Amino acid sequence: MPNFLTDHEHAVVSAAADRLIPPVDAHPGGAALGVADYVDNLLGAFTFDPPLIFAGGPFSGRFGGEASFSQFMPLSPNEEIAWRTRVEGSRGLPGREFNGPTRGWQDIYRAGIAALGDDFCSLVGDEQDRRLHEQPELRRTLYVHACEGAYGAPEYGGNRALAGWHAIGFEGDVQPRGYTDDEVTRRA
Amino acid sequence: MPEPRDCDAVVIGTGPAGATAADVLTSAGWSVIMLEKGRNHLLSLEAPYGPLGHVSNDEIKFNRRHFLGPDPFLEPRSYRRDEADGDRLFAGDVNNLPSTVGGGGFHADGKLPRFRSVDFKARSELGPIEGADIVDWPLDYDEMEPYYAEAERLIGVAGDANGNPFAEWRSGPYPMPPGADMFGAVLTTEAATRLGYHPYRAPTGVNSVPYDGRPACNNCGFCAFYGCPIEAKGDPVAPLRNALRTGRCEIRVDACVEQVLLDAAGKSARGVRYRDIAGVDHEISARVVVVAGGAWETPRLLLRSEIANSSDLIGRYLMYHFQTFVIGQFPFRLHGHRGRSVTHLHDDHMIIDDDVLAFARENGLPYFRGGLTEHGGGGSPVMEGIYTAPGLTHTREMLDSKMRDRLWAFTVQGEDLPQITNRIDLDPSVRDVHGFAAGRATYDVHPHEVVASRYMAPRLEAIMRDAGADSTFVASSPPLEGDRAGTRSASMSRHIMGTCRMGDDPATSVVDPWQRFHDVENMVCTDSSVFPTSTGYGPTLTIVALAIRACRDLAGLPKLTSVRPGS
Repeated sequence: MPNFLTDHEHAVVSAAADRLIPPVDAHPGGAALGVADYVDNLLGAFTFDPPLIFAGGPFSGRFGGEASFSQFMPLSPNEEIAWRTRVEGSRGLPGREFNGPTRGWQDIYRAGIAALGDDFCSLVGDEQDRRLHEQPELRRTLYVHACEGAYGAPEYGGNRALAGWHAIGFEGDVQPRGYTDDEVTRRA
Repeated sequence: MPEPRDCDAVVIGTGPAGATAADVLTSAGWSVIMLEKGRNHLLSLEAPYGPLGHVSNDEIKFNRRHFLGPDPFLEPRSYRRDEADGDRLFAGDVNNLPSTVGGGGFHADGKLPRFRSVDFKARSELGPIEGADIVDWPLDYDEMEPYYAEAERLIGVAGDANGNPFAEWRSGPYPMPPGADMFGAVLTTEAATRLGYHPYRAPTGVNSVPYDGRPACNNCGFCAFYGCPIEAKGDPVAPLRNALRTGRCEIRVDACVEQVLLDAAGKSARGVRYRDIAGVDHEISARVVVVAGGAWETPRLLLRSEIANSSDLIGRYLMYHFQTFVIGQFPFRLHGHRGRSVTHLHDDHMIIDDDVLAFARENGLPYFRGGLTEHGGGGSPVMEGIYTAPGLTHTREMLDSKMRDRLWAFTVQGEDLPQITNRIDLDPSVRDVHGFAAGRATYDVHPHEVVASRYMAPRLEAIMRDAGADSTFVASSPPLEGDRAGTRSASMSRHIMGTCRMGDDPATSVVDPWQRFHDVENMVCTDSSVFPTSTGYGPTLTIVALAIRACRDLAGLPKLTSVRPGS
């Protein structure tokens, strides 16, 4: 069940993520990596308490230690201002507009997805690319989020089954095991 | 009867500069209150002051979401090259160093070189360069040596005392041997050696063996721009924990100093006023005020306070390191994500030889100096993705990883000459979340930095190719547009220096040789604001050594001395 995106919007984000990060060979691509879930967790971050902004620490449990990334950390009041403004926009609130108004990601996604058209998911790839190019703010925002979702820690919602890291040959968060001196110094 | 005060010293900032001050002053019996405008993720403020568990191998949290602050939305900074650019080119993230307990030490990968003798005496030994105000420091290497040695013991530096032929004399070995060599650095140091350069194992403030109650580094690779989840990095947890353990140090977080307060005569500080997270103002009275906010935030605070500026030099002589990046792409994977981010250095590009002099003269300079060259690994995966174009190119390049796993990089921390027009001041309209004027950098490069970079780059590309790279390219920070700093991006350097320069003469400097403000007798600056020149070395060890020296003097402790071997 999505946190912010509708099922249709979720499907559009997935389809668009696969144009920006298409599957090739051993790389599953943005859709299969769960980029839409990552985006949905970010846009809906404040439907959780603590919000899904800073994952916990020190260890994920993937290389030993107790798994603690999934226990997100509380924000300070000022951090909440910054992250609510990014996500929701400044909405005319003086506390968020000390340097002027900010358009939020929720609005960029909602309006941008609507502008891609109801038929976006059923289009051929070239046409999807053409429509994405006509929505540069959405495309730019989604690309950064797609990279975060594809190659960030899975606790944020993407990098499903660590397939993003496996595809590119990255071991990920290795604490507390770390690497032996030999693994650092020798040719892989 | 003197009026009772809240503490002996209030220390503004908890990075290496403030942490060292707190350690020295509390060890001398002083009571200290430290004020940090950011949050605390470094260590518990309750005995036994253990780790909090907030630090993790998490690229999103640390590199994408400003976990260590400053969040550029809450604390924007602005940038322009000169007045002709208008009030600013843009505002946002400009040279952001962590705004959190631990400051810049939190995220640094802890390369901690000493300066050399000539770095303190560039004016008298090398001479002036037109358009810059190169001056000697009011102290020299021999005087600094025992403070460097003490700083290395305090932080815990691992290194090889015999590795660098250009290094200055030392009174003793490093506290620890070097850690594991990164594979890519093995290749580039062998190539550099073949081509006549002198690479060596980087002195690093990361434990190679258990030290000071903290474990040895386990090479996780999340080093530069992260904190250490296992406390293998000594800076600045070691001095902060020392200070807390005396029971005489209190750290207040989310405490943004609004103003340093002077007495009625205006010659002496009586304390500070700060704003807490609820927006409530508080005053702290103290015998001594130590400003240690770093070379960006310190002048911003002093300009906001409108004090100590009879010289009109506060904020001026802003220096970074001019960074030349020489990138090599290899036909095989180098796993640069394992280890301490950078494990080797060479100093050769700071040595002025006949070739350098000839190139300098061809370009209208009497001489130039480059900087320390770091042999380091590539970026992290999210960053690699964002730097790659979307579409099929993205996936093919990520699978191939020539911008991360097959990448090796030289980063030269090039000396940046002091120019009076390069400065930090207050932006006329951009504000932070507290309503205070944002700091603004006005900065352009001197031809010295550009010429030095153009001289070094092809030589470093030759090393990279000899090491096995199939292709190389060069970039710089700040990026250049012609011979000027670029308009689209500020310097990315996190080495910020020189905005309250140290000297004997109150007309030409802001603080005296013991880092006390000429205009305010009981106020001391312990951060890199005091640097008269930038040298080509990372600033942190020198910040800490100077802070030990200044604060020992402040507390009436004897000067440290050392013996030169063989003398």
